Amino acid sequence: MREVTAGDLDLLAIGAAILGTGGGGDPFIGKVMAQQAIEEEGPVLLMDPDELDDDALVLPTAMMGAPTVMVEKVPEGMEAVRALRAEERRLGRKADATSPIECGGVNSQIPFVAAARARLPVVDGDGMGRAFPELQMETFHVYGVRGTPAVVADERGALVTIETEDNFLLEWIARGVTIRMGGHAMLVDYPMSGAEFKRTAIRGTISMGIAIGEAVAGAHKLGVHPVEAVCAATQDTIYGRGIPLFEGKVVDVERRTREGFAVGHALLQGLGSHEGSQLEVRFQNENLVAIRDGQTIASVPDLICLLDSERATGITTERLRYGQRVTAIGIPTPEIMRSEEALKVWGPAAFGYDDLAFHPLERGFANYYGEHGVPLEKEKYLKPSPRP
Amino acid sequence: MRLGIDVGGTNTDAVILDEDDRLLAKDKTPDTDDVITGIERVVSEVVRDAGVDPGQITHAMLGTTQVTNAIIERRGLARVGILRLGAPATKAIRPLAAWPEDLRAGVEGPSEILPGGVEYDGRPISPFDEAAVRRAVRKMRGGVEAFAVSSVFSPVKSDDERRTAEIIAEEAGEETAVSISSEIGSIGLLERENATVLNAAVTPVARRVVGAFQGALERLGIDAQLFLSQNDGTLMALDYALRYPILTIACGPTNSIRGAAFLSGMGDAIVVDVGGTSTDVGVLGAGFPRESAVAVEIGGVQTNFRMPDLFSVGLGGGSVVRPDGGAPGRTVRIGPDSVGYAITEEALCFGGATLTMTDVAVAQGMADVGDPRRVNAARETVEAAYERGVAMFEEAVDRMKTSAEEVPVIAVGGGSILLPEKIPGVSRVQKPEHYEVANAVGAAIAQVSGTIDRVFSLVERSRDEVMEEARNTAFDEAVRAGAEPDSLEVVEVEEVPLAYLPGNAVRIKVKAAGRLRSY
Repeated sequence: MREVTAGDLDLLAIGAAILGTGGGGDPFIGKVMAQQAIEEEGPVLLMDPDELDDDALVLPTAMMGAPTVMVEKVPEGMEAVRALRAEERRLGRKADATSPIECGGVNSQIPFVAAARARLPVVDGDGMGRAFPELQMETFHVYGVRGTPAVVADERGALVTIETEDNFLLEWIARGVTIRMGGHAMLVDYPMSGAEFKRTAIRGTISMGIAIGEAVAGAHKLGVHPVEAVCAATQDTIYGRGIPLFEGKVVDVERRTREGFAVGHALLQGLGSHEGSQLEVRFQNENLVAIRDGQTIASVPDLICLLDSERATGITTERLRYGQRVTAIGIPTPEIMRSEEALKVWGPAAFGYDDLAFHPLERGFANYYGEHGVPLEKEKYLKPSPRP
Repeated sequence: MRLGIDVGGTNTDAVILDEDDRLLAKDKTPDTDDVITGIERVVSEVVRDAGVDPGQITHAMLGTTQVTNAIIERRGLARVGILRLGAPATKAIRPLAAWPEDLRAGVEGPSEILPGGVEYDGRPISPFDEAAVRRAVRKMRGGVEAFAVSSVFSPVKSDDERRTAEIIAEEAGEETAVSISSEIGSIGLLERENATVLNAAVTPVARRVVGAFQGALERLGIDAQLFLSQNDGTLMALDYALRYPILTIACGPTNSIRGAAFLSGMGDAIVVDVGGTSTDVGVLGAGFPRESAVAVEIGGVQTNFRMPDLFSVGLGGGSVVRPDGGAPGRTVRIGPDSVGYAITEEALCFGGATLTMTDVAVAQGMADVGDPRRVNAARETVEAAYERGVAMFEEAVDRMKTSAEEVPVIAVGGGSILLPEKIPGVSRVQKPEHYEVANAVGAAIAQVSGTIDRVFSLVERSRDEVMEEARNTAFDEAVRAGAEPDSLEVVEVEEVPLAYLPGNAVRIKVKAAGRLRSY
């Protein structure tokens, strides 16, 4: 258990922007909300999943909808608490903790708003391990937790409870409600026990976000290049070390809106040791696939993050433009996100790349990972792959 | 005849142009502490040099950094009463939440978040509560010098802000300064509110600047229409400038880009403005500076008002050159320090003891100032500095390009002698006549503009209908700011589909500009 301060949230905002892999919404506005909540209500405790009782009740909190609307119609601040209380009434018992469903982007911060106002701890883990666009794209869903009853809340006090067996249907209905609520709303979904959280959550992602933020902010003091520091920051987590994939300059960005998503690609022309090479990054809000000189070198769900080459801050899809000096890094996803069931939900095929099989970073860059090491459960990737 | 004045960081410049936009005279004088003495001095010089009667000057345009400096130095700012409409939404973040403490202490008055505001499609969030607004204004009016009003999605629908401004006039007096956010910023409530509060806070500064400007010209016998430059490269009449002083911020770089366009006769190019300490690189598109797409910070505050997109590097005529590691060799460091205005004493070519970028240009035979024989630095150091400088220009230009194709560069500013004839990725480098007073020329030739930036729904209307409305609104704005209706042209259109929202919402920004109306 540790106390989370306003300063930690500054660092988390930097880290969560990187874990957003181009999407997830700018954490800034969530951070300012959480800092005001902590200033008024006192600090929030961040607890390790192992500190949860098996029969504890965890109610995850998040915002849903358009981050571009949220920066204009700023929330009221108690939406998530009202959703939480409504969920408690529905279930007939009090929550013991809240958690994020998504550690990348603005949703890394929302649980701290709810936690400060409802005086609950935040559990250090989430259901996406990065940013994803839809509610069924969560380990909670993958490993059998029911998404409902879920509650969607707006700033006027409206509450909509959704009850369905199907988590895809939850996504569909909640998305529609969010539009009627003015473009964004706060949400409680995947109510679960402590035991379920421990079984299904991706652990340690909030403290990892803070550590990445620390790496960016503190690298210069330590005399380390910030990009290098970001890669090293995940070394001792279940993700393993990040890898610099490509250093270059943005020479082309194409962006279209399709069914509410920003879809397109960015083209990087190599600089330094990558002179003469090209990297194409394809995105749908989040970065999905990285293709170097015609060869796919990283794919979803592994994290493909575009960083400012000098400061190592994350660059969102919306802010990509010609001339930026950008370093693409990959962060391998933990094993819990790579099972067959998980890849069905967020592997390349789930985003329309039917012919692309997920290829783990550790296998593609075996030399790098041989040298730097991998978490114990990932050592299998360093051995030559078995013949089918 | 037109008089253009630019108050920069070091010098105050002035030019006079005749009816056919020919430059009759130009002058430069060091800035004075009170600014206005420098303006009076340079204007009387330029009027004399042009040999014209002060009475012949019909229009006078001033580009000044005084408002910017007041914010940066936290000087002479008003205490502001802040009203935000949108409750219950927006209560999660109080006004001025992320401001630097010292600036907030000087500006923040009482604030209230009251009902009002609309959704992205214009439906009300909560009914506007006139009685609550009236109560709040009565409570605040004794303790504040100005009011700032913002409401949610006011760029879509601003009725509540306008009604609030009327109530403030009724309750606190017609003379009370009121800034409303829909007239100042675009989507992004917190940034727009910040800009609105800053605008209200600099009202006293603007009144002083405008009063002094009028007084100075009157003493010189100039009876002209007066304008202030704003950051989008166009002009505001004084009454408009008094209401939106914040829009004068960053008008200096904008004027140099516009001046470069005029002096070179080009409409699309990269403009490189080389000063004594640094170089600003901007983009000229259809005769106007490209605007920045990301939030801009002023005095430590995030704002989202209109600013030119600039890339700055610490490379100027006075930049100090040092061999890396202290020994002469193939690698050098340029700047970031500069000898600044002391260049004529400290640079080697003027008999000083410091190797500057101007010395490098002189030694390379690119510039004819001072004495090249005095530049006694090692040949390889000079060459390394030259190559490094070219590489810095090349990278700065490349960052601002929108495509990989070669583009022309216009070089302006006193330090532009540093720029070589050939830069990789650049089709040609043009150094127009009068390049050293491009800023003041930019002020003198400026047009007047109007802008609209709003979210439209395309559910019940066609894109053409929406664009037509946007265009007409921009035209009305420009006429309100002093443009001749027949000369209006659309100079910028930007369309951004809003991600995550089905409902076909689109954000449209249109800017129109035209010639000044003659009186």
